[in-house]
Amino acid sequence: MIDAVLAVFYLLVFPGFVFLGVYALLCEWIDRKAYARMQHRIGPPWFQPLADLIKLLAKEDVIPKNAERSLFQYAPPVALAAAAAPIINIPIWGTQALYSFQGDLLVILYMLSIPTLALFIIGWASGSIYPLVGSMRAVTMLFSYEVPMILACLSAGILSGSWSTSDITAHMATHPLEMLVLIPGFVVALFALQAKLERTPFDIPHAETEIVGGTLTECSGKKLAVMRLTGDILMLVGATLFAAIFLGGFVLQNGSFIFSGYDVTPLTNFGFYLIKTLLIVFILATIKTLFARLRIDQMVNFSWKYLALAGVFQLFIALGFVSGVKGVA
Amino acid sequence: MPKVRIPVGPQHPAFKEPMRVDLTVDGELVVEADVIISYTHRGIEKAAETRSYVKDLYLVERVCGICSHSHTTCFCQAVEEILDIEVPPRALYLRSLVGELERIQSHLLWVGVAGHELGWDTLLMYSWRDRERVMDMLELISGNRMNYAMNTIGGVRRDIEEEQLHDLKNGLSFLKERANYYIHLFTEEESFLKRTKGVGYLPTTLAKRLCAVGPTVRASNVKMDVRADDPYAAYAELEFDVITTNTCDVWGRTYVKIMEILQSIRICNQILDDLPAGELRVKAPVKIPEGEAVSRYEAPRGELIYYVKSNGTDKPERVKIRTPTLANWLVTVEMLKGVYIADVPIVVDAIDPCIACCARMLSCNATTTPVTSVDLTALRQSRRNEQVME
Repeated sequence: MIDAVLAVFYLLVFPGFVFLGVYALLCEWIDRKAYARMQHRIGPPWFQPLADLIKLLAKEDVIPKNAERSLFQYAPPVALAAAAAPIINIPIWGTQALYSFQGDLLVILYMLSIPTLALFIIGWASGSIYPLVGSMRAVTMLFSYEVPMILACLSAGILSGSWSTSDITAHMATHPLEMLVLIPGFVVALFALQAKLERTPFDIPHAETEIVGGTLTECSGKKLAVMRLTGDILMLVGATLFAAIFLGGFVLQNGSFIFSGYDVTPLTNFGFYLIKTLLIVFILATIKTLFARLRIDQMVNFSWKYLALAGVFQLFIALGFVSGVKGVA
Repeated sequence: MPKVRIPVGPQHPAFKEPMRVDLTVDGELVVEADVIISYTHRGIEKAAETRSYVKDLYLVERVCGICSHSHTTCFCQAVEEILDIEVPPRALYLRSLVGELERIQSHLLWVGVAGHELGWDTLLMYSWRDRERVMDMLELISGNRMNYAMNTIGGVRRDIEEEQLHDLKNGLSFLKERANYYIHLFTEEESFLKRTKGVGYLPTTLAKRLCAVGPTVRASNVKMDVRADDPYAAYAELEFDVITTNTCDVWGRTYVKIMEILQSIRICNQILDDLPAGELRVKAPVKIPEGEAVSRYEAPRGELIYYVKSNGTDKPERVKIRTPTLANWLVTVEMLKGVYIADVPIVVDAIDPCIACCARMLSCNATTTPVTSVDLTALRQSRRNEQVME
């Protein structure tokens, strides 16, 4: 009985939906505020993302006449679920996730690409020309950034000798200096995440001045609210994943901090987690500020020429490190 | 993939005013383009015929919000030519001063819009913040941020005081610093170069043949500038370079505009240094004798032409306005052929279109398009019927 209650608590409250939603909206605010300050603007107040969400939820939900109703309606919740689900597989307050198994890293990466496919389906099913062009661009991009991202993440796996995110974090926590080996992979992964989140310079699928609202042009009301929340949660989960595997060194062993008889290390680690994710969000906001939007052909070129190459490079470094320095043949 | 027609506009985020570009695309490439303008015909030319010359000044000032001073100066020059009066030198210098400040604000505005078209909103925020400084300077001189109302027939309406000179000089040195920063940005920022180099190619011969004007033609390596070729106001006595490049692309148009900011600052500094003393205006009669005149002016977007015909009364017989944007549509169509869909906004925007300003006439070919006239009541009725049916 108590197990069932706990499971519901995990899923719905912490680290599940409520925590994810609240923290994702906070991250969106940090992102928007940092972006605004770097552009010499004031930026929105802290409750703005929540206010936007509530406003959208209250708005009329229009479905275009020639849209595929069922696909168009059900894709957003699927995207939201897929974006939020991996959080139970990623360690947050220590080296152990709620639920982990060998290969959960691949499952996480797989789940994180579902929102993009949902985005494609929404654009495809909306029956309008701008979302259609946006969908095509989203899928073209998906093929380009997924490979570098997976290469970067797998390098961390190779370094730790495990496909489980929890094992990777545990390994990094005991060998913090190995984080230095993963720096190229971290950079590649950050750019790939920026592309996955469709933010400048990769905001090609919803380039406002070219194809209006892009994939989400025909979305309104609840669907748009859900898709926006999906975007925020995707950013947070991506940041959480990178914090766990690339910045896993900043995790303390249980029992490091004892406060009046209680072990408060998980709390400290949770603090570290917040700092790490906010740092990643800040880096993503900086990238967004710095660049102009690339064209789709230039993006594909960039991904394959530089990102994928750097990913392969990282893979070789990791392999060399494991077999050479650590002597594991 | 079959060729698809994509309408961009009349309402589209890429255009700040209503216009339409019908694109025929093959995949991501544009094969054919058709520009459709005049969604905002305001009947300004007709309205000018029903007002007196002085009232017309206020009317033509509102042809364009960005280059309002260009329109009044051009109109005044035409009327002054009919009257055959000599405008005092101080007034000519002040006209040039406001004209150049206006050019700076117009080009900075364009830099921001171009940044936005390329998804680089940081540039938009930066350049529009810097533009505030020019607006402040213009407000200091004229009392208005836009529609300065400086001109009157026979001279200018406001003088600048000795104390204002210092503020203006400070402002100019600030702008110079910022312009240099933008030059640095445009020549070195990789993502900007990637999106603008070689995009929207317009060869010199084509630019000449299709009569492009302003920064568009100068970026195609044609040294054409009314200020240098046919000096008006004080430009005959001022030193400046006509900026040209031979890159013939969007990057070249950006480069010309940003370098022109530096030239404008140079001109303003000269004007502030040796502003001749004397009267601000000569008295002009209310009734203008019979005659006609054409006046040319280098507006920020290119050559602006006014034709004024008078009939001896206090109202003009005819006022014809040719804005620079209208002259640049032909080359826009050529530039659009062969670009990616993603480049369409920046290519169209690179001519710095002032869309409502160029809505001068409505042409309709009665042989190919069936013309029907419907009165308002019938139109309303048919609209209501449609709604009921839905």
